Amino acid sequence: MAEEVKLMKGNEAIAHAAIRYGADGYFGYPITPQSEIMETLMEEKPWETTGMVVLQAESELAAINMVYGGAGCGKAVMTSSSSPGVSLKQEGISYMAGAELPALIVNVMRGGPGLGTIQPSQADYFQTVKGGGHGDYRLITLAPASVQEMADFVTLGFDLAFKYRNPSMILADGIIGQMMEKVVLPPFRPRLTEEEIRAARPWATLGKRADRKPNIITSLELDPARMEENNIRFQAKYAEIEKHEVRYEEIDCEDADYLIVAFGSMARICQKAQELAAAEGIKLGLLRPITLWPFPYEAISHYADKVKGVISIELNAGQMVEDVRLAVNGRVKVEHFGRLGGIVPTPDEVLCAIKEKLM
Amino acid sequence: MKEEIIIAGFGGQGVLSMGKILAYSGLMENKEVSWMPSYGPEQRGGTANVTVILSDERISSPVLNEFDIAIILNQPSLEKFESKVKPGGVLIYDSYGIPSPPTRTDITIYRIDAMDAATEMQNAKAFNMLVLGGLLKIRPMVSLENVLKGLKKSLPERHHKLIPMNEQAILKGMELIQKV
Repeated sequence: MAEEVKLMKGNEAIAHAAIRYGADGYFGYPITPQSEIMETLMEEKPWETTGMVVLQAESELAAINMVYGGAGCGKAVMTSSSSPGVSLKQEGISYMAGAELPALIVNVMRGGPGLGTIQPSQADYFQTVKGGGHGDYRLITLAPASVQEMADFVTLGFDLAFKYRNPSMILADGIIGQMMEKVVLPPFRPRLTEEEIRAARPWATLGKRADRKPNIITSLELDPARMEENNIRFQAKYAEIEKHEVRYEEIDCEDADYLIVAFGSMARICQKAQELAAAEGIKLGLLRPITLWPFPYEAISHYADKVKGVISIELNAGQMVEDVRLAVNGRVKVEHFGRLGGIVPTPDEVLCAIKEKLM
Repeated sequence: MKEEIIIAGFGGQGVLSMGKILAYSGLMENKEVSWMPSYGPEQRGGTANVTVILSDERISSPVLNEFDIAIILNQPSLEKFESKVKPGGVLIYDSYGIPSPPTRTDITIYRIDAMDAATEMQNAKAFNMLVLGGLLKIRPMVSLENVLKGLKKSLPERHHKLIPMNEQAILKGMELIQKV
């Protein structure tokens, strides 16, 4: 039977998708605009059905370290927060990258810096794809542009995290979190049993049996020669991810005169700007990075010789535009347009900016 | 078919839930649907608004600069959104919260005295359903049958006993709305 089409908020879709994925645990601390994730989980009471643990921790630090612990046991565990809360989680994320642990982290971004505002923003792009925590690590980053993708990327985020033993992040914003759209939820998968986890994830610390050496989960390695070896292994893994996991969507790029690059909710607003432009006979293409890391450099580079100009449109002061410029490498003009601190531009404002900056 | 609608008023007037019922009704008719609320402290007594889009085709932006229909339930919202109605579009307002009525001549303006009717019915909660009835009278974008199905979907089961009251309010709203 076909799955029912439902109407729900992006935040609610994340919660339902996590239960259906067979997630073992969610650990979080409330913050607007993503509180519906934990609220929905608490209402659904998955501990009574699938056995999934849902726990409101005493702080974001506690939550991310509970995720660290759960992930070390080979469990499918996640946390969610919004910008200021995600800043608090950065130490834990770096530790998990260093200990090569899979986990899913959701950031429903709001305007910053500091406590900022609760309105939508994309100003955590740098934090997410350029570091955030310390050390040479990378975070697999998925940017949903619809409620359907909020649900789908829970599955994808967990799957990629386990495939590469690396944390992954869903980087959304207040618009995608708060809006309601139609969604078809993924099918129910049973949670893995302890025996299944032992078989699929032999690194998990589920108690040593006589037939193997102890598993050790740590990011600490005081011998620099060994620590360099670890880093070389991480970098090889990141290179594999860059080779195989780049995802993006192209809308009317082939015969476009100008190229927009936008992600998440901003890509939706840019689609409307494209429609308005088409009515005026202006051909705009839209390239929407779905993975922000690994970034679709090649896809953007492909259009650099074909269009008269490229513009990166973001809810920030110009962050992704740096990666767009790396992709274009000076071959054509690259501009940026953005609104700051929680203000969301309307489609006609976007079109005006494109005309002013590129035409 | 595509209707781009803004509903705006005070927090607590049922602006967001009216939009939700409209969105669920659209879902019942297999339309594409988007419901984008203002969120945050403004829900508690400040101004609240929601953008609802019902369409036969895929919806691009949930954020809009102009609307086919504006349903305006207080003066600050009128000041904010009257200019955002597309030429030839529709503006519906309740005179109770709006001492200085809209003045545009290139759009069709309707008035519905829903607050007075709700007071008369001694049921403040009927207010938003009266307004919804008015909207459906002039733009029957979803059938009453599907609105009732949508209500059933969007209300928790313990509130299903209120559906007949809501139906009455919708029918009453259909009678009340008048062209200005």
